[in-house]
Amino acid sequence: MAKKKIRIRAKMKGEVTEVKALMSHPMETGLRKNKKTGEKIPAHFIQDITCEYKGAQVLVAHWGVAISKNPYLAFKFTGAAKGDTIKVSWNDNKGESASAEAKIG
Amino acid sequence: MKRRSFLKGTVASSILGVAAGAGLLTPQSVLAAWPKAAFEAKTVDDGMQAALGASDVTESGDINIKAPDIAENGAVVPITISTGMSGVESIAIFIEKNPVPLASSYDLGPNTEGFISCRVKMGKTSDLIAIVKSEGKLYSAKKMIKVTIGGCGG
Repeated sequence: MAKKKIRIRAKMKGEVTEVKALMSHPMETGLRKNKKTGEKIPAHFIQDITCEYKGAQVLVAHWGVAISKNPYLAFKFTGAAKGDTIKVSWNDNKGESASAEAKIG
Repeated sequence: MKRRSFLKGTVASSILGVAAGAGLLTPQSVLAAWPKAAFEAKTVDDGMQAALGASDVTESGDINIKAPDIAENGAVVPITISTGMSGVESIAIFIEKNPVPLASSYDLGPNTEGFISCRVKMGKTSDLIAIVKSEGKLYSAKKMIKVTIGGCGG
């Protein structure tokens, strides 16, 4: 199993906080075939991503198989303060999940 | 423990899928659940209907799609959707000629700006359609992206 990791960078520019997250995930579409055996590689992809700030959801994303391997996501929100934490978590179609937190700088 | 939580997950998601499919849940209450039907729809219209509850959209010049004109590698196409509209509730990204057009959808919180950046796979040259839901109305913008090497299957 691949390492489940989320790297988050959150930076404030004036009022706006920009959050960038990079996740480690294979994001298999279920359409690809194993070249040696000819068997289809089963789909394995992140379905839901939740980004929370102080317990409130700032962004909920639903992803399909069309998101690239090792997904990247960036978004912006207002109302945060420096030093607060932002939490990003995901669930995939195999029931696996991961979450990580980062300080807003 | 792994297996246990996995089983729980699959049971829960299949129940939600059935409920959403039968129209028992309104779009608002499925926010937390993965919209299975929307990600199985084979056309942009069906996907919009399933994901957003409507397929009549107004074209808007206030949605900015930042993406390459020519993507050399269809497996990784960086895109950024931004809009100056206020009260943006959700953003959805469709790729017209992918096997499943709906690539992703985002529900935005009240303090979240109309800005999303991510990387998508594209099977072949296609229109990328961004749908922005603002104050209950749907707006769209399109951009053609040429793909040299496809990123689906292979």
